[in-house]
Amino acid sequence: MSKPKVGFYWCASCGGCEEAVVDLAEAILDVVNAVDIVFWPVALDFKRSDLENMKDGEMAVCFVNGAIRTSEQEEMAELLRSKSQLLVAFGSCSQLGGIPGMANFFTRESILAKVYNDAPTVVNSEGTRPQEETTVAEGILPLPAFAPTVRTLDQTVEVDYYLPGCPPPVKLIAGAVTAILESKLPPKGSILAPNVALCDECPRKETKPDKLLVKEFKRPHQIQIDPQKCLLDQGLLCMGPATRSGCEAACIGGNMPCTGCLGPTDDIIDYGGKALSAMASILDSNDEQEIARLLNQIADPAGTFYRYCLPASLLHRSILPAKNGGVKV
Amino acid sequence: MKQAITIDPITRLEGHGKIDIFLNDEGDVEKAYFRVPELRGFEKFSEGRPAEDMPQITSRICGVCPTAHHMASAKTLDDLYKVDPPPAAKKIRELVYSTFFVEDHALHFYFLGGPDFVVGPTAPKAERNILGVLGKVGLEVGKEVIGLRKQMRELISLLGGKVIHPVLGLPGGISKPLTEDGQQKFIEGAQHAVKFAEFSLQVFADVVLKNAKYVETITSDAYTHKTYYMGLVDEQNKVNFYDGQLRVVNPSGGEFLKFPAQDYLKHIAEHVEPWSYVKFCFLKDIGWKGFNEGADSGVFSVAPLARLNAADGMATPKAQEAYEQFFDTLGGKPVHHTLANHWARLVEMLYAAERMAELAVDQDITNTNVRTIPESTPTEGFGVVEAPRGTLFHHYQTDRQGLITKANLIVATQNNAARIAMSVDKAARSVISKGKVDDGILNLVEMAFRAYDPCHGCATHTLAGEMPLEVLIRNAGSGEIINVIRRNA
Repeated sequence: MSKPKVGFYWCASCGGCEEAVVDLAEAILDVVNAVDIVFWPVALDFKRSDLENMKDGEMAVCFVNGAIRTSEQEEMAELLRSKSQLLVAFGSCSQLGGIPGMANFFTRESILAKVYNDAPTVVNSEGTRPQEETTVAEGILPLPAFAPTVRTLDQTVEVDYYLPGCPPPVKLIAGAVTAILESKLPPKGSILAPNVALCDECPRKETKPDKLLVKEFKRPHQIQIDPQKCLLDQGLLCMGPATRSGCEAACIGGNMPCTGCLGPTDDIIDYGGKALSAMASILDSNDEQEIARLLNQIADPAGTFYRYCLPASLLHRSILPAKNGGVKV
Repeated sequence: MKQAITIDPITRLEGHGKIDIFLNDEGDVEKAYFRVPELRGFEKFSEGRPAEDMPQITSRICGVCPTAHHMASAKTLDDLYKVDPPPAAKKIRELVYSTFFVEDHALHFYFLGGPDFVVGPTAPKAERNILGVLGKVGLEVGKEVIGLRKQMRELISLLGGKVIHPVLGLPGGISKPLTEDGQQKFIEGAQHAVKFAEFSLQVFADVVLKNAKYVETITSDAYTHKTYYMGLVDEQNKVNFYDGQLRVVNPSGGEFLKFPAQDYLKHIAEHVEPWSYVKFCFLKDIGWKGFNEGADSGVFSVAPLARLNAADGMATPKAQEAYEQFFDTLGGKPVHHTLANHWARLVEMLYAAERMAELAVDQDITNTNVRTIPESTPTEGFGVVEAPRGTLFHHYQTDRQGLITKANLIVATQNNAARIAMSVDKAARSVISKGKVDDGILNLVEMAFRAYDPCHGCATHTLAGEMPLEVLIRNAGSGEIINVIRRNA
């Protein structure tokens, strides 16, 4: 029997997801033995034309990381969808939009203006911008179009499964590969990680008070962070209550709060809204003015609660004029 | 008839790199363009974010060198809040940073750049990769590379929480101290790293330097550009990755500039071209004079070769010895041969390993005082480190609450972008003639950018020589495909 065919691809991403696959270290040898990797531009010599020449559904599964921002990424997503039986959104950017998804707080024009005209180091008196087509002395040079917003993979094509995280933890990757190989996959649309909040697997769980109440919100640089105690109980905005587990609380192991990269658990419709309500519910006051004062201590609510998930959220983007610099919740 | 050759995608870049080569009627190269068709806009969406979150936000620029952005950002926050981290915090940051350099440089040598030499620049394409390297140097060495890398990455996780996008950096220090148990692991790791770096230099000496053909390729004009060079140096003008002043030497090797990160706007500027999303840095003191080399052009270079050229030596004994041998062999300073980056990278790996060993036994390293809480009102901060692929600047302005109002980031490969474009153009002109293009020739063109370990796609963790390459020979006017050359595994 021939081995199942597998593909990997990246869109608007940082390369951390590719690194996470490489961090399988010895285990990757088992994967290579069990499957036939037929498309992985970062590592193997297969081309877009090889992909185009495949039959529809020829690949058993394709893992795609990165968000969708350029015309080229959209074309590739569509192509990979048609050639794969299963398409897995791999990592925060692909699942939720990720940190580059925060670009949706701003207009396309303001991003281009910032980068190519207004940056303090730019010397560009003619106002040159990258063009979708440039005629040079020798011929024509095309570039992919830069879309108005960042989209998730499932806002572009149909997705079967999701591997969350920035990057996905190695154990979750290994688990997903095993589930696929052993045909033990959960229902279509599932997120391949535990469906419980991070607080559940947090090593500081025992120090979280039964009724957690916060009198002041703190920012990490303002306090000496206690290495044992629940971070929320120290007034830090730890996203543990709203965030899916599966990372073994890695950032908390680094003595810093969870920032929410694994996204929501199954029952949450809008991660940012859930995170905001989780924080609102622990305010130790019933006085309106006091509540307003406490909430004002959250310096950047939009960027904090929607850090990895703005494109996937109900908001998707800010439509304020660029001069306002984006939206505040 | 004019022809255009498009190499697309070059997957060792993040996103997609492209090379467009235009041939004249005789089939010789008129010009080759090296381009980056990608933009995410971090400078813009950083606006409004809390400054203290920037080390974790900007690390997402690159998941291969997240530690470089993380450290540059943490240093920028120190400057923003005018806060001096305690000695242990600074030393732990540098310890983590040195560990990161060892694994990153090792990866490039064995997986990415090395195969061109260890296996051979025009060796059969199927062998020109990590497996070919293992065939030459033995499976045990391969296991050693994987093992060393795993050990280094676990050490980074120990302090950073995780290795891909670590979390330790804060203004005024780091989030947690190093335990004595952790110190022991670093001491063992450093010993391993020093041995590994020495071994790697020996591999380079045996495989490359003893091969006259390879030495001829390295020193050939096809891969040579006389430009300015920039790198961080300490007070003795020795190479430093974590701290110091920027030193720029001219194409003759003389000191041209020396400045702190705070002065970067006076000296570094960016040029925009309509055919690439990447911006091209140049020395403001000289100005943008096009893609040209020489003392009259503002084009400069960063990364290992540039760092060695810009410094007077290495701060550790074994690396200093290797540094001297490097310049003695290649004819003195400065060395202008792009492919010498591979050797320079190994000299740096040895320095990083020795520096790790020094810091791991430092008397301050387990001190639990690792944070100075900032008290001043933030306004503006500058920070710089040497990323493995070259100088990396961060620059933030904030409101009184410490929310970013403006951010400017000059990443390593932008500093190198102009010279990389020139290198690809020159290599293409040198190796392509009369329209003859084959797999070996394509690899010789690729080697021109590979030596820089470009960080456009910091995700350069690929198997060298197995890049999916397709050359489309098209009618320059209509775009009609005349011929397709594929390189298969």
